[in-house]
Amino acid sequence: MTSASESGFVVFDRVQKSYDGETLVVKDLNLSIGKGEFLTMLGPSGSGKTTCLMMLAGFETATHGDILLDGKPINNIPPHKRGIGMVFQNYALFPHMTVAENLAFPLEVRKMGKDEREAKVKRALDMVQMGDFGGRRPAQLSGGQQQRIALARALVFEPELVLMDEPLGALDKQLREHMQFEITKLAHDLGITTVYVTHDQTEALTMSDRVAVFDDGRIQQLAPPDELYEAPKNSFVAQFIGENNTLEGVVESINNGRALVRLDGGEVIDATPVNVSKAGERTKVSIRPERVEYNKERLHADAHTLKAEVLEFVYMGDIFRTRLRVAGNEDFVIKTRNAPDQRRLKPGEQIEIGWLPDDCRALDA
Amino acid sequence: MKLPPYATTGQRIWHYSYKVICGLIFFFLIAPIVVIIPLSFNAENFFTFTPGMIALEADAYSLKHYKDFFTNPDWQQAMRNSIRIAPVATLISVTLGTLAAVGLSQDHVPFRRLIMAILISPMIVPLIISAAGMYFFYSRIGLQGTYFGVVLAHAALGIPFVIITVTATLVGFDKSLTRAAANMGADPVHTFFKVQMPLILPGVISGGLFAFITSFDEVVVVLFVGSAGQKTLPWQMFTGLREQISPTILAVATILVVISIALLTTVEILRRRSERLRGLSPG
Repeated sequence: MTSASESGFVVFDRVQKSYDGETLVVKDLNLSIGKGEFLTMLGPSGSGKTTCLMMLAGFETATHGDILLDGKPINNIPPHKRGIGMVFQNYALFPHMTVAENLAFPLEVRKMGKDEREAKVKRALDMVQMGDFGGRRPAQLSGGQQQRIALARALVFEPELVLMDEPLGALDKQLREHMQFEITKLAHDLGITTVYVTHDQTEALTMSDRVAVFDDGRIQQLAPPDELYEAPKNSFVAQFIGENNTLEGVVESINNGRALVRLDGGEVIDATPVNVSKAGERTKVSIRPERVEYNKERLHADAHTLKAEVLEFVYMGDIFRTRLRVAGNEDFVIKTRNAPDQRRLKPGEQIEIGWLPDDCRALDA
Repeated sequence: MKLPPYATTGQRIWHYSYKVICGLIFFFLIAPIVVIIPLSFNAENFFTFTPGMIALEADAYSLKHYKDFFTNPDWQQAMRNSIRIAPVATLISVTLGTLAAVGLSQDHVPFRRLIMAILISPMIVPLIISAAGMYFFYSRIGLQGTYFGVVLAHAALGIPFVIITVTATLVGFDKSLTRAAANMGADPVHTFFKVQMPLILPGVISGGLFAFITSFDEVVVVLFVGSAGQKTLPWQMFTGLREQISPTILAVATILVVISIALLTTVEILRRRSERLRGLSPG
């Protein structure tokens, strides 16, 4: 960790935070963010992610540990001297100023000349395709437009680091997806380091270079989106990211990177041991719905299979979502692509399901 | 408020009695003020309507009490004193009251409720007690009977109004705005004047207005703290009532009512205009 700490643009070094002096909201946080990286802090509410962002912005102070920006500790630097751009959850646009005045605010504070200021404001507004809105007041804009202005205002003074606190939370789905794309593109084009906080896992997966999954004041896993989804390190991450099927059981044996797990119903399945180490340990086995196969020809000859009963079939257009009863679990979901040769299952049907051992991960119970 | 078509008889009766009750309350509040206005044009030196006034005879009315007010040196001196004292007291109230309200709205300030209670106590404690306390205290430190003493005393009376109105506007104030300003590099002072102040201005203005009117019509404290040199309009009215019983008082009262209405209207118009400009309310 130390070597990474020294190289990162933003570094949290053994940071702890407590509001009341008793319970730690952030417990021993170590995180190094590279220059130009888009890092997302993802987690349920109360997991400490927003507190981390606020400590970075300077609105909260760390109880223990150091936060470094570009190699320099910033614990004792007030927020207005940190030079970090920020997009707030409710946008925090100044209602008494026009859009252009809002954008000029950070430039005026920096005593920039009028001509330069106007040029930069114009460039920032064009960047978010709001060039014609300089004379409007925030109250005259729609939510999506306010969001763009907030983004432009955070970028107009060309900070090297931009923080975003659930900036898309108030937008409708379509606009949110569009803005996800725009924000990612802008961040990469401008080469700024971005720390993005959200509780929306889709947002985290689609936008980020790396995602830090927070729970209980700790980072549970820090990984690129694909790794996070396909190789969750513990059952919290597996449950939190994407849809996930869980089967509980006991490890029978571990050999050559393969674990045999006896499920509570007595069935035995293959799994990849992730954070189980020895036989006899309880485990939660995690399988993604789209990695479950019920077409016998596509399964390995020697694959372990389980009996399942179809409980519900939902047609979702591009995919079919089928709910099964498997080994006593009635919430076992499988997703299959709507392909021409795909068989549609009917409720009540008895089938056999299986998967590749690589896709089935034995995690902590 | 219109009655819905499904209203029962009971609801109809209540609906109309409600209107009557409201009307009576308004009458009770406004009648004593309204009645002095025609009386102030009385041609005689009486506090009652003469038969001529009731018959609307032109020569039963006159402006002689107004003339008396504008020519009598006692009244003129009182007017000048009031105009010298009230604005300065208001300025002090507004400055200190706004600062106190902003400070007390911060979560980290200890004993906020207690401090708040102490600061607004001049509004709650009977005026005569504040006045007596100030009299003894100001005598000790040499402020009793001075212009500055009266200004300070009136400022203390005005501060609670400013604190209350400014605190009320701060309740709706979005704290992320000051955070955003800090984030963009503005120090706290710059943030206060450029971001917070423009947004709480309506509260500051109405607080200032209350403080001004408090000072302008306050009589108890000025009787204790002031001396003959600080005789304000209300004081002059009070002595006038006791010693001369001259209807000039009615003329003065009418002028004060008109000034108050004019002030309130101006401030309200300004406030609405600024809110519209800031896009806080639909134009």
